[in-house]
Amino acid sequence: MFLAKRLPLCFAPRDPSMSAATNEPESFAPFRSLLASRVAVLDGAMGTMIQARGLEEADFRGSRFGDHPCDLKGDNDLLCLTRPDVVGEIHAAYLAAGADIVETNTFNSTSISQADYRASGLVAEINTAAAAIALRAARAAEAASPGRRCLVAGAIGPTSRTLSLSPDVNRPDFRAVTWDELVAAYGEQARALVEGGVDALLVETIFDTLNAKAALFAIEDLFDALGRRVPVMVSVTITDASGRTLSGQTIEAFYASIAHTRPFSVGINCALGGRAMRPYVEELAKIAACPVTCFPNAGLPNAFGEYEESPAAMASVLGEYAANGWVNMVGGCCGSTPAHIAAIAAAVRGKAPRAVPAEAHRLRLSGLEPLIIG
Amino acid sequence: MTTPGKPSASQFIVIGERTNITGSPRFAKAVKAGDWTAAIAIARQQVESGANLIDVNVDEALIDGEATMVKFLNLMASEPSIARVPVMLDSSKWSVLEAGLKCLQGKGIVNSISLKDGEGEFLRRARLLRRYGAAAVVMAFDEKGQAADRDSKVAICTRAYRLLVDRAAFPPEDIVFDPNILTVGTGIEEHSNYAVDFIEATRLIKEQLPHAKVSGGVSNVSFSFRGNNPVREAMHAAFLYHAIRAGLDMAIVNAGMLGVYEEIPGDLLERVEDVLLNRRADATERLVAFAEQVRAREAGAKEGGGAAAARAEADAWRSGSVEERLAHAMVRGIDTHVEADTEEARQDAARYPRPLNVIEGPLMAAMRVVGDLFGAGKMFLPQVVKSARVMKKAVAHLTPFMEEEKRLRAAAGTASRPNGRIVMATVKGDVHDIGKNIVGVVLACNNYEVTDLGVMVPCEKILAKAREIGADAIGLSGLITPSLDEMVHVAREMRREGFTIPLLIGGATTSAAHTAVRIAPEYPHGVIHVLDASRVVNVVSSLFSEGEKPGFLADVRARQERQREDFAKRRSSRPLLPIAEARARRRVFDWAAVDIPRPAFFGARSFSAVPLEAIAPYIDWGPFFSAWELHGRYPDILSDPVVGVEATKLFADAQALLARIGAEKRYTANAVVGFWPCNSAGDDIEIYADESRTRVLAVCHTLRQQLEKPAGQFDDALADYVAPRDSGRIDYIGGFAVTAGIGVDAFAAELRAAKDDYSAIMAQALGDRLAEAMAEMFHKRARDFCGFGLAENLTPEDLIRERYRGVRPAPGYPACPDHTAKPILFELLGATAATGITLTESCAMHPASSVSGWYFNHPEAKYFGVGKLGSDQVADYAGRKGWDMTVAEKWLGPWLDYDPARPAET
Repeated sequence: MFLAKRLPLCFAPRDPSMSAATNEPESFAPFRSLLASRVAVLDGAMGTMIQARGLEEADFRGSRFGDHPCDLKGDNDLLCLTRPDVVGEIHAAYLAAGADIVETNTFNSTSISQADYRASGLVAEINTAAAAIALRAARAAEAASPGRRCLVAGAIGPTSRTLSLSPDVNRPDFRAVTWDELVAAYGEQARALVEGGVDALLVETIFDTLNAKAALFAIEDLFDALGRRVPVMVSVTITDASGRTLSGQTIEAFYASIAHTRPFSVGINCALGGRAMRPYVEELAKIAACPVTCFPNAGLPNAFGEYEESPAAMASVLGEYAANGWVNMVGGCCGSTPAHIAAIAAAVRGKAPRAVPAEAHRLRLSGLEPLIIG
Repeated sequence: MTTPGKPSASQFIVIGERTNITGSPRFAKAVKAGDWTAAIAIARQQVESGANLIDVNVDEALIDGEATMVKFLNLMASEPSIARVPVMLDSSKWSVLEAGLKCLQGKGIVNSISLKDGEGEFLRRARLLRRYGAAAVVMAFDEKGQAADRDSKVAICTRAYRLLVDRAAFPPEDIVFDPNILTVGTGIEEHSNYAVDFIEATRLIKEQLPHAKVSGGVSNVSFSFRGNNPVREAMHAAFLYHAIRAGLDMAIVNAGMLGVYEEIPGDLLERVEDVLLNRRADATERLVAFAEQVRAREAGAKEGGGAAAARAEADAWRSGSVEERLAHAMVRGIDTHVEADTEEARQDAARYPRPLNVIEGPLMAAMRVVGDLFGAGKMFLPQVVKSARVMKKAVAHLTPFMEEEKRLRAAAGTASRPNGRIVMATVKGDVHDIGKNIVGVVLACNNYEVTDLGVMVPCEKILAKAREIGADAIGLSGLITPSLDEMVHVAREMRREGFTIPLLIGGATTSAAHTAVRIAPEYPHGVIHVLDASRVVNVVSSLFSEGEKPGFLADVRARQERQREDFAKRRSSRPLLPIAEARARRRVFDWAAVDIPRPAFFGARSFSAVPLEAIAPYIDWGPFFSAWELHGRYPDILSDPVVGVEATKLFADAQALLARIGAEKRYTANAVVGFWPCNSAGDDIEIYADESRTRVLAVCHTLRQQLEKPAGQFDDALADYVAPRDSGRIDYIGGFAVTAGIGVDAFAAELRAAKDDYSAIMAQALGDRLAEAMAEMFHKRARDFCGFGLAENLTPEDLIRERYRGVRPAPGYPACPDHTAKPILFELLGATAATGITLTESCAMHPASSVSGWYFNHPEAKYFGVGKLGSDQVADYAGRKGWDMTVAEKWLGPWLDYDPARPAET
C-alpha cells in the first residue's frame, strides 16, 4: 500500500522521449483499444504464401532489375517493388481471414540481409513500399466492412548475422558484425517503416538477444530524432526443446534483457510450433508486465521441409492458450496460411485477453539465465 | 513474503571480484600477458564458487581498455558455464563501459556512474544506460567528493535517485547504490565509524528510496589487515552479516573465500565486531594484537600457499568415501584412480563380501546417476561413453577376482542374472556399425548383457545366437538402404521360426515410418524403432519389465498403426506422373551452347597411400558431431549453450586421435579416378571405350523423378546432364572410388581390446570423415583434370559447402538410389585392385570408410532426390537392366511408391 502510493510519482514522464503506461502518445490508441477488448489476431506466414505462388527469377527481377548482377529469386522482400500485386493479395487474404494486424513484407529488409542479394541500396525503398502496400490493403479491408479497424506492423527480422556468437570456432571472440553496424542497419529500416506510416514496429524472430537489443536501441534513437513514437512489439524465438534461444538464453533471461525498453508487447514466434512452446508461453504470461503475443509455425517441418500442422490443430493450441488467459495477440509464422488464421481467429473469439499485471519492480538481470533481485 | 528492504541472507547476491585487474594480481598478470585461457579460468572459478554475477574490470594504464573489455566479454560469451550469470561492467572510463555494453546480450550492471562530473553528465549517462538496457551502480559521490558519513551518503543517494527517476525515467529497481565501504581499523580516529556509517546509510536508503538496491565492495573494509587472511575473512563475514540485516542486497567479494559468520571463533568475532561496530575506543589495538597471534598460528599450520591450495581443491574429491570417489570418477569420466578405488572397495569385505557386490553396489549406482543425467539431458553422449570407459576399467579389474570366485564356488552357483540379454548385429551386406557400437556401450552400462555379432551378419547366425543364449531381444542396425530389406527379411524369419522376443531396429536409414510400414507387419511380437542411443535404455527396460511390457507394446502398435495410415494417406495424396509424362518434363539444354570440358586423360588413374595431412583440410566436421548424437551446425555447435562444452571436448579428442592416426600411420588412404567419353540415350548413359564411340564399355542406368511439380520445374534424371548421342557432341563422365578405411577396423579393435570404446568409436568416425574428405579432395583434382577446376579460387569452407561446378552423386544415395551401379563403376575403375575396396552382396563397400560415385561436369548439374518410383518406371528400369521385376523391386524397395505384393491398380 505504501508502495502503491509512491509509484505514480516514480513514473511521472517528465522526460519527453519517454512514454509511460499512464500517458501514452496518441499513436498508441488504436493498438491499445484493440487489445483492451479481446485477443487480437496477427496474420500468418508471408514466405510460405509467396513460395506457393511459384514465382520465378523473372518475377523477382521485374522490368526494373533485369540486369541485376546476381540471382534475386528468394529475395521475397524485393517483391514489394517488383510484384506489389502479389504482396498486396497476400495481405488481403489474411485480412479477409480475420487478421486485425498484418505485417509488412520486410523481414529481411535491412542492408545486412539484403547484401546477400547485393540489394542493400534498396532498403529504404523496399520498406517504404512495403508499408504502403500493407496500409493500402488495410484501408481496403476497412472499407469493405465499415467499423472495422485494421492495423499494420512493420516487420523487423533478426538479420543474417549474430552479434553474440562467433561464426569461427578458432576465434571464439570474433564477431561477424558489430553493434554499431547493426544499429545503423536497423535504424535505416525502422525509419523507412515509421515514415512509411506503419502503426507499430514488430522486432521478431529474435534468436540472438544482442541483435534485438541493437534493434531496440536504434528504434529509441529514431523516436528521439523523429520526436514521435509508435508501439514496439518484441517477439523471440525459442529454437530448441531445452527452452533456449539460439544464443542460449532462457525465456525469462530474454525478458530481463529487453524489458528496459518497456515494449508494447512481448511474445514468442516461429521455430518449435505452438504445442512445444507451451511452457514458455506460460512462463512469459506469468512474468511480462505488458501484453503477450504468440505466433508459432504450423508445427515442425517434416523430413521434406513442409509444415503439416492443420488449421484446426494450430487453432486448438492457440485457443487453449487464450482460454488459459496467457495471450493478448495470436497469429501464425512459417507454414501458416489464411486458412490457419481464420481458424485461429475463430478459436480465440469471445475469449478474454490476458490481464496484464502491474510492473513488479524487481531488478531483473540476466546472463544466459535470469537473476532476479528483490 | 519478505518485507521490501530487508532481503534475507539467502537472497543475498555475491558478485565475483577476481576478474578485476585492480584487485586480482593473477587476473592482471593473465590479461597483461594475453593469456586468455587463464583469464577465463578465473571467471569460471568465480562462477563455480557461487558468484551470482561477475565483476569485470580491465582498467590498467598500459592496456587498451575498450579492446580488452570487448575481447574478454566475447570470450566469456562463448563459455556457457560462465555466460549463464550476468556481468557487472566495472571501469572508471565511460568509453570502456560503453564498449562492454555493446557485447552483453543479457542485462548487466554498469559500475559505476555518479554525480562526480555534475548533473548533466550523470543524466546523459543514465539515459544511455537505459537505452542499452543495463542497471547502474551509483556511487555516493558528488561534485565535492566521496561521502563518508551516514547523512552525506544518504543525501547524495537521495539526490541521485530523484534525478534518475524523475528526470531520466530510470526504473528505480535498476538503481544499485554503492554508499562506499571505507577502511576501518586504520588507527585514525575519524575512520572508526566508517562501517557503522555504511550499515546505517544502507538501512536508510532501503527505507526511503523505494525499489533501489544497495551494494558495496567488501574487501575495502579490512584493507588495514592485508596479509592476514583469517582476520580479513572474519571481518568480511561479520561485516556482511550486519550489512545484510540492514538491507545490503549484494556485494563484490571473492566468491571462493567467503567465511561463515557462525564459524568465526568467539574471541576473534568479538574483537572484529568491536572494530566494525565501533564498540570501544581500543577496538583497533585489541584486534591488531589478536591478529598477530592469529597470523602466527596460521603461518605454522598453512604452508605452500596458493598453488597447493588450488591443487588441494582440484583433488578434494579424493578425500571422500570410496563410494563417493567411484561416483565422482564415473560421472566425470576420470579413470586415473578407478582401479585403486575399485580395489579398495573390493577389499572392504564387510561391505562387499563378493567382487560382484562392488559392481552391483557403488558402480551400478554411479552408472544409474549417469543414466539419469543423460536421460535428463544434463550429460551428453561423449561423457557417457567416457563414464562407460571408467566402468569397464573397474569391471576389468574385478573380473579376475570374479573368475576366481566362480571357480571356487562352482558348486554353489550364485551367478547374477543381468537385466536382460540382447543380441545385436549389423545385418548382412552392411558394414556400418558406429551407431550400433554406441547402443551396445549404453546398454552394457545399464547392466544388460550384450552379445554383439559385428557387421555383415546373416540372418541365420543372428537367430541361432539368440536361441543359443536365450536372448530377451534382438537389435538390428544398418546404414545403407538395402539393409532395410534385410531387416524385413529377419523379421519374417523370426515369425517363421516361432520367435516371441521383441525386435529393435536402428541405424541411419531406418525410420519410425519404415519400421511401421514395412517391418512391423511382418512380426507380431513387437518391432520397435529406436531413434538413437539415448532412447534405447528406456525402450529396453520397458520391454523387459513384465508389468510395463504389454502397455508399452500396445502404445508402440497404436503409434505404428497411425504411421501406416499417414503413409497411406500421403501416398494417395501425391500421385506420381506416368514415366512417359515425367520424361516429357525433363530439363532440356541447348547442347550446342553447353560448355563440355574434355578431361586430361581417359581410363582410370590410381593414387595409393595418400598422406592423411593432405586429406585433413577437406574434413567436414558437421556429420562427425551427428555421429555422436550432438546436434547442431559446426562450428556453431562448439559454442552451443547446451552441448557446446561437450562438443568442444569431443572435437579436441578427435584432433588428438587424428594426430595419432597420422603419426602412427594407422590408416592407408587409396583412391582411383577415371574419365570416359559418353552420351545419353534416353535415361541411360552409354560409356564408351574411346572418343570414336564405337564400343560401349558400360551403361549407367539412371532413374527419373516422377513427382508432379509446378510449372517451370522439371522431373530430373542424371542422364539429363549428359549430351544425347543425337546432339552431335561428345560428352564425358567421370567416376571415383576412395577409401581411408584400411586399418580402421584393426585400430578400433585394438582400442576396444584396451577397454577404450570411446576412442574406438572415434577411430571409426574419423575414418568416415577422412573418406568423405578424400571424396572432396579428389573431386577437386578431377575438376582440375577437366580444366575448369584450375580457375577456382575456393576456401576449404567453400568446398565443404559445394560451391563449385559439378556434382559427384554416389550410387545408393538419393540422385541414383540403385546400389547395383557400384559393381559397374568398380569394374570401369578397376577399383578393387586399385584401392582395396570390395563390395558385399548388398553392394556395400568394405572397409566402411569408403566413398564412390560419378562425376558430372555439366555447369548446371545439381544434387536432387529421385524420390518415389512408380511401377511403370520400375518395369522399364528392370527391362533396361535385364532384370526380373522382383529383382528390381528388391533393389529399389525403399523407393517404391507401391506395395510390390499388391501392385497399384493404375
